[in-house]
Amino acid sequence: METIEQLVNKKYEYGFVTEVEEETIPRGLNEDIVRLISSIKKEPEWMLEWRLKAYRHWLTMEEPVWPNVHYPKIDYNNLYYYSAPKIKPKLDNLSEVDPELLLTYEKLGISLQEQKRLTGVAVDAIFDSVSVATTYKEKLYEMGIIFCSFSEALREHPELVKKYMGSVVPYSDNYFATLNSAVFSDGSFCYIPPGVHCPMELSTYFRINASETGQFERTLIIADKGAHVSYLEGCTAPIRDTNQLHAAVVELVALEDGEIKYSTVQNWYAGDKDGKGGIYNFVTKRGICSGDNSKISWTQVETGSAITWKYPGVILKGDNSIGEFYSVAVVNNYQQADTGTKMIHIGKNTKSTIISKGISAGHGDNTYRGLVKVGKKASNSRNYTQCDSMLMGNKCSANTFPYIEVKNTTSNVEHEASTSKIGEDQIFYCKQRGMNAENAISMIVNGFAKEVFKNLPMEFAVEAQKLLGISLEGSVG
Amino acid sequence: MLQINNLYAAVTGKKILNGITLTVNPGEVHAVMGPNGSGKSTLAQILAGHPAYEILDGEIIYEGQNLIALEAEKRSQAGLFLAFQYPVEIPGVSNSYFLKTGLNEIRKSRGEQPLDAMEFLKLIREKMKLVEMNESFINRPVNHGYSGGEKKRNEILQMAVLEPKLAILDETDSGLDIDALKVVANGVNKLRSKDRSMIVVTHYQRLLNYIVPDFVHVLMNGRIVKSGGKELALELEAFGYDKIKEEFVNGVNA
Repeated sequence: METIEQLVNKKYEYGFVTEVEEETIPRGLNEDIVRLISSIKKEPEWMLEWRLKAYRHWLTMEEPVWPNVHYPKIDYNNLYYYSAPKIKPKLDNLSEVDPELLLTYEKLGISLQEQKRLTGVAVDAIFDSVSVATTYKEKLYEMGIIFCSFSEALREHPELVKKYMGSVVPYSDNYFATLNSAVFSDGSFCYIPPGVHCPMELSTYFRINASETGQFERTLIIADKGAHVSYLEGCTAPIRDTNQLHAAVVELVALEDGEIKYSTVQNWYAGDKDGKGGIYNFVTKRGICSGDNSKISWTQVETGSAITWKYPGVILKGDNSIGEFYSVAVVNNYQQADTGTKMIHIGKNTKSTIISKGISAGHGDNTYRGLVKVGKKASNSRNYTQCDSMLMGNKCSANTFPYIEVKNTTSNVEHEASTSKIGEDQIFYCKQRGMNAENAISMIVNGFAKEVFKNLPMEFAVEAQKLLGISLEGSVG
Repeated sequence: MLQINNLYAAVTGKKILNGITLTVNPGEVHAVMGPNGSGKSTLAQILAGHPAYEILDGEIIYEGQNLIALEAEKRSQAGLFLAFQYPVEIPGVSNSYFLKTGLNEIRKSRGEQPLDAMEFLKLIREKMKLVEMNESFINRPVNHGYSGGEKKRNEILQMAVLEPKLAILDETDSGLDIDALKVVANGVNKLRSKDRSMIVVTHYQRLLNYIVPDFVHVLMNGRIVKSGGKELALELEAFGYDKIKEEFVNGVNA
């Protein structure tokens, strides 16, 4: 029978490098770099001012040390802050996209060719720092839905960007979000007008290609009154020995009766079996249910990254608003994850649900950190939290840090936690019924994560199940 | 079918089996009885290939193959089934998905086409009647939240679906009330055939009133100290294990 240590490691499938000419600005970070990025992107003056404000604030901040993750100090002056495939100045048509890039996305299984899209998913693909192409844009635009790159939104819809950017994650929010605010290069923008239910899943695909490059994208999604949207995010990166930094910001705004469902399947390169290389994924994701009866739901499947640091949260400001967080975080080899959510109850009768499933294998270190805060005026609010951890082998760890603050007497907060060990006995049982160890592990782990997977859109759920199997392949015996 | 020759085995350095020899022919039902700690369950686990046990000496030949060299799943695919004393819970995985995956792996290993969802559903429904199980168990997670009796029925259901050549029932009677025992035994009896052999491991004679064995073996300190027909079980029931122990110590059967 194979042991946990022996069965390791299917090669990371998306680790190839694309040979495209990249336009990169000098290494390092200073006001000139910030200005340069802004000018490359031909941004309005107010945008540059906002970036500079963020940059100056960032200089006064300290990198957080409270997360339960360990990594050598990052030299922020030794990174490239902007990298873009050299392309023709205007990209209106897919035929103008570098064929190498199209090939890359095809290898990743996302075809940008609209005619090939049978699944009804509109994709905005981000390669290193810039948005390469957005599919289905025109069709959506007829319904009043704006789905485009952040840069384009800044040009075409500056009033919307100005109104909402930073309204959920202010430029001064935290070290990484502030850094992002200063140097963000592109991202996705989505606006659903009042009463419109977006007819297809919107999707962004992030790809970090260039080495020693930080990827700092911003995503801003607004569901206006009564609007509904489901949004998917996928990520990969080539295999490199050095660590790459990914510090994104995602802001979601749901107005009255609005609903946003945001799903992530994150499969950044996680480093090799000795913990070399991999992505540092330091991401700030937050939504606000600003109107009454609005709803924001985060579903994340985190299998990649050397280090994950993210807490997708919801500010429940509107009365009767609903926040949900469903998460599966897998760490294998030397991966570290400190992830969870924040549910801030402000409005009356607000409701939040947190289901977190942590899976640790190899030498992985998995931490759930969550905050449930119920304000004075948030009467009759409810939270239900369930944190389950699964351990595989005896060299990994799982930690749970729930923070609960309740400031009124009519609210109800529930927290349940469990830790289980995927046992030899479970695997033996499956093997006795004819399955091999890998199928057994995949089945046991998928059963464990089922409550989260059922919240993913169909095609994504299938993908996630496979991914989970691959991530843990060889991790138990 | 099965030939165990002079088998010695240990777990975490402790010797449990001390030279077991046993032959099981097709269609035979053998009961293995013995006091607690005699090595009954160890024998069952070793036959099924549990990795925690170390074989020190001896051999196990199953259908002409060296069983010890086979991984647990290969043994299952070769038609060996263990009904667990403590069936394992797998939260979030439905009974039908679990069993369908196992069955199709076994079929694949034999070059047979996998059953699709509809065919499997038909099969499992039919087999559930054998052990009088409610159809709601099709979609319930494997053994999770089941009563002791439900777990044991589920084991027999799995056996019915997988149709093994050799079934080992490890204390299938433990934790069952008399009604549940009858149902389970009845299910097992329906699965008896001239090609299917069974090893029934039990502490009490009670089960053997319902599953009547062809042979009874008494295990003590990791050895078979007495073998006989079904009447041996009754003798044990009447006089207890101590009598046999005495005989054994006095060299009557040694």
